[in-house]
Amino acid sequence: MIKEKVRVKTFKIDGIDVTGQSNATLLEVANEHGIKIPTLCYFEGLTPAGACRMCLVEVEGSDKLIPACTAKIKEGMEVTTNSERIKSHRKMILSMIFAERTHTCSVCVSNGHCELQDQAVDLGLDHSEVPYIHKVFEIDASHKEYIYDPNRCILCTRCVRVCDEVEGAHALDILSRGIDAKIIHDMDEPWALSESCTSCGKCVHVCPTGSLFEKGVSATEMVKKKSIITNLIKTRKER
Amino acid sequence: MIESLEDLNEIAQKKLCAQGDCEDEIRVCIGSSCASLGSEDLSKEIAQKMEQEGLQKRCRVKGVGCNGLCSEAILVSHQKKGATSEDLYTNIEASQADDFIALLQNKKDLKEKLYDLQQAFFFKQKKIVLENAGYIDPNDIEDAIAHGAYQALFKVLDTMEPKDVLDEIKQSGLRGRGGGGYPTGLKWESVAKVHSDTKYIICNGDEGDPGAFMDRAVMEADPHKVLEGMSIAGFACGASQGFIYVRAEYPIAVEKLTKAIKQARKYGLLGKNIGESGFSFDIDIRLGGGAFVCGEATALIASIEGGRGNPRQKPPHLSDHGLFAQPTVLNNVETLANIAPIIQKGAEWFKNIGIPSSTGTKVFALTGHIKNTGLVEIPMGMSLRELVYDVGGGASGEKAIKAIQTGGPSGGCIPEEHLDISVDYDSLKKIGSIMGSGGLIVMDESSNMVEVARFFMDFCRSESCGKCVPCRVGTTELTDLLDKFVAKKASKSDYELLKNMCEVVKESSLCGLGQTAPNPVLSTLKYFEEEYLEGIADD
Repeated sequence: MIKEKVRVKTFKIDGIDVTGQSNATLLEVANEHGIKIPTLCYFEGLTPAGACRMCLVEVEGSDKLIPACTAKIKEGMEVTTNSERIKSHRKMILSMIFAERTHTCSVCVSNGHCELQDQAVDLGLDHSEVPYIHKVFEIDASHKEYIYDPNRCILCTRCVRVCDEVEGAHALDILSRGIDAKIIHDMDEPWALSESCTSCGKCVHVCPTGSLFEKGVSATEMVKKKSIITNLIKTRKER
Repeated sequence: MIESLEDLNEIAQKKLCAQGDCEDEIRVCIGSSCASLGSEDLSKEIAQKMEQEGLQKRCRVKGVGCNGLCSEAILVSHQKKGATSEDLYTNIEASQADDFIALLQNKKDLKEKLYDLQQAFFFKQKKIVLENAGYIDPNDIEDAIAHGAYQALFKVLDTMEPKDVLDEIKQSGLRGRGGGGYPTGLKWESVAKVHSDTKYIICNGDEGDPGAFMDRAVMEADPHKVLEGMSIAGFACGASQGFIYVRAEYPIAVEKLTKAIKQARKYGLLGKNIGESGFSFDIDIRLGGGAFVCGEATALIASIEGGRGNPRQKPPHLSDHGLFAQPTVLNNVETLANIAPIIQKGAEWFKNIGIPSSTGTKVFALTGHIKNTGLVEIPMGMSLRELVYDVGGGASGEKAIKAIQTGGPSGGCIPEEHLDISVDYDSLKKIGSIMGSGGLIVMDESSNMVEVARFFMDFCRSESCGKCVPCRVGTTELTDLLDKFVAKKASKSDYELLKNMCEVVKESSLCGLGQTAPNPVLSTLKYFEEEYLEGIADD
């Protein structure tokens, strides 16, 4: 590994001059400067996955689209976050997420507090641009406090990462691949039978949709407490 | 233990002398095609019967790797003492051991099975990577040494500095044979210049394109060439550990490599302080579990590390954050098999083969509607037409050739009228295909190009790891859409959606699998658009 000295780099996002520490990512610098880049799989403090492709941006001098969540900043780079190409790509990618499983907002516990729903509103996506696939999975309501509905999962893997990186349990992982991929507990056991799950609930509170939620709530009632997790990560880092 | 070049030459000499006692040699191909027809039993039976007839002093029998003409399996060749070339017998049955005994006793000739070696299939080829395939016994390191194995390694250890090796490889113009075509010398140099106590050399043997079997043949026929190339890479880059990542679906390759590594260690050609030079290098094998995506560099590394074979976003590049976060060189089997010949014969010699922008040779696996299916190695710059019609012998049936497909699921279809282009990285890219790892599928007039595109898209769908949205959902959506086109139930808006979605999947997927998955659709759209528009309905 090449160790770089931490210093400040200056560059442009959407024509605005910005500065960031040399080891920062594009997304971090954009956030610090109040420039909004849409994200779904990103969660502050967790290892970025670069999986949802919502935060793709253009960098002057290259045809490639790169995810802002993993890209390290460079001196003098010129970043565009909202070209017509990016906007139309984002809409189709978001459509794909909506089309893959079943996202019916009106009956969802997270209606009104859902990051996926918010993205659709922000991007002005009023219908899916691609045909629905509606892949169906069984719901796991075996846990005494929580319910896991894979049909609302967008495979952002925030739950997998928070369980591994913050709780240290690694009770969650991914089974199978491609369109069949699914988040599972242990070796695909019912949640209640998972021996490594500590029932801490971190996975529930980082979940961007209504896929993981508390028992007893009905439509619109599930408000996730994300700040608990971000504060926990921050406090640990400061120590 | 081999401690010096003299020791190596002594073993080679001894082996050659021992072989010189016999007048003739019978070589039975035990590559996968021939082995599946029972060639290993045939080889054993011939040996047994020779002993019974007292012929074992006159002739020896050995199993050899693939010589390329898989469509004519089983292949048996007979090298007469003093003859400049062998007699090649094709389409031999596993039960024909007696015929070869009769042949040796001059009681019978097998003229009807004798293959004409003057055909274009043989004389238009140029063999570097496969030079020993079909001649050496892959189970016997001494046979490999007698045919020049490890000479280049000792040349490097005795007379060269790491920088000299890097310069030689850079000058040779060798580009990665896995498909990307990145200059190998530059890749090595970027790892060599990083300061780190631990570095790794990885050989990518996770060949997974449908219809491609170039790397399998190299690993099965001449495993020491791969080991030697890796050791030289280790010396040049400052690495002391290598890994060969082979897919588990290649059990024979795994067996040959395992045996070769064991023998190389025993002879002191792998391990600590090779040839008393102070340079240590060892190699281990890791098996893939049947995922195509594990041929992608970062997914392959995740798999070796014991994790799920998912790719990750680059950068960081492997040269500073590779296996176990250490600087890592990852080369394809064929790339590494070119190293020893380049060192041995020099960059100038290598540069004279091929064309300036793509030097050397390329191995292709010819499949589909072509007469000579099998493995060929041709100099770069040959025209596709020559490759398909001369070397490949043209269409296998009555129908004319319509298109060829290179680069597997990441590549594209090239129509017949474009076959005059030269086989090199840049020309193929220019017309919307890629060199790829070397799979070449020939399709005649009976092929429906939309079905071809659907086949490859469905392959990508089932092989997508599922990490990023455009690949996971996009390949599924595209497969469903192409189903509609194949069934002639598509509409104009489906056609627009198909084109848009291809663009999104190509530009926004995380790794090479998703980024190239639309290529077969895009290239067939470009050259065979009418087949998509046929029967298309208004909305």
